Amino acid sequence: MKNRIKVLRAERNMTQEELAIEVQVSRQTINAIEKQKFDPSLPLAFRISRLFQLTIEDVFHDDQPGTSDSANATIIPSGPRM
Amino acid sequence: METKSNEWEATTRKNVRHLAYWTGGWALTIALSAFGPKFLWDYNFSISILAILVSTIIGVGMILVNRKYFNGLDEMQRKVNMDAMAIALGAGVVGGMSYSMLDAAHVISFDAEIGHLVMLISITYFIAFIVGSIRYK
Repeated sequence: MKNRIKVLRAERNMTQEELAIEVQVSRQTINAIEKQKFDPSLPLAFRISRLFQLTIEDVFHDDQPGTSDSANATIIPSGPRM
Repeated sequence: METKSNEWEATTRKNVRHLAYWTGGWALTIALSAFGPKFLWDYNFSISILAILVSTIIGVGMILVNRKYFNGLDEMQRKVNMDAMAIALGAGVVGGMSYSMLDAAHVISFDAEIGHLVMLISITYFIAFIVGSIRYK
């Protein structure tokens, strides 16, 4: 799952440690989420989004095919049907 | 922010300290129960029963403290621990059964001891925990 945590932190001059303290997890967990090595639970995703005063969709993006995020991608028209 | 940090870190540190005390205490009572009959009380039945009873009670305490420590971890730390425990449990069951069969079939020249199984589980858990921690770095 992609996310904008690193960017949002940078905009607010916030360190991983400070974010970790705010949402009550370890700094390693924040680092793993940012690097997309670990997907947070829904309650943790809500805590992070609430901290940045954004919705979950503004912070996290599903990168699986066939989801709403990928549906918004540019549609390449297919060739003529046989 | 500072207060929150101190609270969370203090709780985690306290849980780790308690777990260390209880694990150390359990290991001591295990050693006492194992070596006491021969070296300390000359196989006195009542003292042996008492030592084993104390060891079991402290062991139950250790399990409860371990559960509290586990529940105090954050979700990623819990996942790393759970993965390590799953691998250690599997290694214990599969390795233990294979080891027991080797003994039963007289393939190995010595008796299969439960202590060896405990060591296998502990080492497997430790390695799996380290590998899991590195994976999420």
